[in-house]
Amino acid sequence: METPMIYYIVLSLVMFFAGVYGFITRKNMLMMLISIELMLNAVDINFAVFNRFLFPGQMEGMIFSIFAIAIAAAETAIAIAIIINIYRHISNIDADNLDDMKY
Amino acid sequence: MEYTVFILALPLAMFLLLGLLDSKLKPRVAGILGTMGMTVCTALAYLTAYQFFTQPRNAEGVIPSQVPFNVEWLRFTEHLHIDLGIYLDPISVMMLVVITTVSLMVHIYSLGYMHGEKGFQRYYAFLSLFSMSMLGLVVATNIFQMYIFWELVGVSSFLLIGFYYTKPSAVAASKKAFIVTRFADLGFLIGILILSFFTKTFDFATLTANPTAIISESAGATFLGCSVASWALALIFMGGAGKSAMFPLHIWLPDAMEGPTPVSALIHAATMVVAGVYLVARLFPVYCVTPEVLDLITTVGAITALYAAIVACVQTDIKRVLAFSTISQIAFMIVALGVASDTNLHTGLGYMASMFHLFTHAMFKALLFLGAGAIIHAVHSNEMADMGGLRKYMPITHITFLIACLAIAGIPPFSGFFSKDEILTAVMEKSTFWGVWMTVVAGLTAFYMFRLYFRIFWWKDTDCSHHTPHEAPATMTLPLIFLALVTCVAGFIPFGELVSVNGEPYHIHLNWSVATTSIIVAVCAILLATWLYMKENKKPTAMANATRTLHTAAYRRFYIDEIYLFVTHKIIFGLISRPIAWFDRHIIDGTMDMFAHVTQWVSARIKGLQSGSIQAYVWILIVGTLLIATLTICYCL
Amino acid sequence: MELLPLAQQAIFYLLAIVIVVCSILAVTTRRILRAATYLLFVLLSTAGIYFMLDYTFLGSVQIAVYAGGILVLFVFSILLTSKPGECTEEKSIKQRILGLVAAIAGAAVCAYALFTYKWPEIETQEIQSINDIGHALIGMDKFQYLLPFEAVSVLLLACIIGAIMIARKR
Repeated sequence: METPMIYYIVLSLVMFFAGVYGFITRKNMLMMLISIELMLNAVDINFAVFNRFLFPGQMEGMIFSIFAIAIAAAETAIAIAIIINIYRHISNIDADNLDDMKY
Repeated sequence: MEYTVFILALPLAMFLLLGLLDSKLKPRVAGILGTMGMTVCTALAYLTAYQFFTQPRNAEGVIPSQVPFNVEWLRFTEHLHIDLGIYLDPISVMMLVVITTVSLMVHIYSLGYMHGEKGFQRYYAFLSLFSMSMLGLVVATNIFQMYIFWELVGVSSFLLIGFYYTKPSAVAASKKAFIVTRFADLGFLIGILILSFFTKTFDFATLTANPTAIISESAGATFLGCSVASWALALIFMGGAGKSAMFPLHIWLPDAMEGPTPVSALIHAATMVVAGVYLVARLFPVYCVTPEVLDLITTVGAITALYAAIVACVQTDIKRVLAFSTISQIAFMIVALGVASDTNLHTGLGYMASMFHLFTHAMFKALLFLGAGAIIHAVHSNEMADMGGLRKYMPITHITFLIACLAIAGIPPFSGFFSKDEILTAVMEKSTFWGVWMTVVAGLTAFYMFRLYFRIFWWKDTDCSHHTPHEAPATMTLPLIFLALVTCVAGFIPFGELVSVNGEPYHIHLNWSVATTSIIVAVCAILLATWLYMKENKKPTAMANATRTLHTAAYRRFYIDEIYLFVTHKIIFGLISRPIAWFDRHIIDGTMDMFAHVTQWVSARIKGLQSGSIQAYVWILIVGTLLIATLTICYCL
Repeated sequence: MELLPLAQQAIFYLLAIVIVVCSILAVTTRRILRAATYLLFVLLSTAGIYFMLDYTFLGSVQIAVYAGGILVLFVFSILLTSKPGECTEEKSIKQRILGLVAAIAGAAVCAYALFTYKWPEIETQEIQSINDIGHALIGMDKFQYLLPFEAVSVLLLACIIGAIMIARKR
């Protein structure tokens, strides 16, 4: 346990902003979804790390991570169902083509 | 006497029944149902009158008034609350009898008169509504309940005048009646509010028990040189003047003759139009503390009486003649109230005279209208020119109409003589000027009534080649006969014993000097009318030509309607409403339009933000988050 | 897991390098199936991080749900929606540079905040056993999570049904 906490946090920071970069530069919706998973994963790490280093006698952070993972799974399933449905309608999954909701 | 509540409840139930079922009922069934309801109601009213007037008098010799039914409806403060109840005292019981009798007669009469009309059921529903409202008005325990029913009679009058709602003139007349009386009722309402503000009560019994309290409460409060109490009572009288068609608020009544004739008999001759008289009589002890308002009442009444009598002399529509005669006769009652200066038995004679005349007038004027209805039914016209020589064809109508004419002209022994004599005596005692004035009006009354009578029944022998007038059916003649009988005997009722200004019995005795004068004047007027109109001749036309200006002015009712039109159209509409309408359209609406345009303009500019592209939104999110984070770091850490 | 401090350090750096490299590759590669594979490596390394923190249960959940479940879903949907060997389109170079700038700026802001903050020093303690986790998940007392647990299970059920409804052929 000699590795300081800040190392872990920097690690998750890099992972998170990699996700941000991916989310705003990719057109493919599956790629955007992968970016989201990266960001979620970074947040999970943060939960666990703060729990481990700052509140070692408790386990709230870890349990939040568990819930976050479960909810991420649910979210991914729905998102993928929607993406497949869109693919059936317009035969591609580029986010730029989906602007029916504008003004 | 708790059953008195049914006198109100029955007509209301009839109104709901007939009004809701409407055309589901056969016309005949609806008519008979309504008439039966009214019959029961009349019987109850007679029973009430019998029990009320035969009860023992108290120590002062006064018949004690009763409140057999009372519920609190709205409570404002500890003292100020609106009740709904039934208040029985001599005048309200007398009114109950008058209203139910006339209403029953009209119900029976309408079975024949309205036979085959479209909307027969609706007609009976409205009649019931009117009866309920009018009965509620007279038994009101407090001035606010009276106001509520006052408006209800206004509404039912509106509905009944506009009964033939496909006829534009009827619609216009109903609107006119409603708007004019509504305008007057505004004064009434303000008067009520001022009065209750100072007296802390709406209750008639409390108000009349200690009327001087108003003066002491409102002492010092004056407006335009008159005390506030005077203003309140004058404004209340304004409401009464509107309902009772006093000059200059009379303009609606002649036009109200567009309604069915039985309705005119019930509402615009016998009951609703005397509501103003009843209102003043009801608050009479209060009026006594403000003599200047009583003087105002006298003046308004006297002017109206003369004005209406002159106009009635030249009208050619028989219902219009009767309408102006009604205005004139109600003005008689108003004058009588005005000259009764206090609640002393003798100086307050006018009060009793007014109520007596109200009673007798209701009967013979209803009779006149119903007779006119029978005539119109027979000749299908309102114009005198289409009539003449009808006495041979309609004997019953002829005789009953003659009795009514004699009564209104003041010929003994018919009822009108007794009541009019009391009024003239009361006026003469107060002021000789008004006494002579009213005697002249009484003479005019006799003249125009007999002009009407001769023009209808004598004048010429009708050429009956195309259409023979025929006597009315039994449903129409029976009420005529009944009312004629009442008119013959009503004068002998010991009215003063039952109704007087302070409740003590007053023995009516004829003042022979006044009575003789008025009889002589009336007989002269009748002889003049006989000379002019007995046989067809050129004399009336010649007279009309000789006094062309006056005749035309009187025929056009002295241009009062034109003055109203000028004031409303030119002054109110042109000078006030138009600028306000312009202000509303350009300034108020313009402000709203400006808001709309600015919103539209801004949204057109910023709608590009809603691009529908997720990544654009995320960009904004990231930039915003970074800004907030940077600011937080700069200023908080 | 009692490891020597040096070995622990080495393993951490290994995992860190894998995570950083694979994260960046995952968002920059143009082949989507490769991106999914890089994501798998990231997820597995994350599980390794959890093991290092002595959160063995969390680590196994990470592997089972993320690496096992979600990634399989991804692969299926990628195979359904794209042709083999196809490259995904990217945005223009200008947009990518802007994105990079935004990401680096964000990272810089966060890093500044992290490094200037004074973290409290806490004594390390004994880690709760898997027994405690089980009790916390289905208990109803303070710091116990039966209600969220049930809510998540209902959510998962709803999401199963919803996914079927959305994705089925009409």
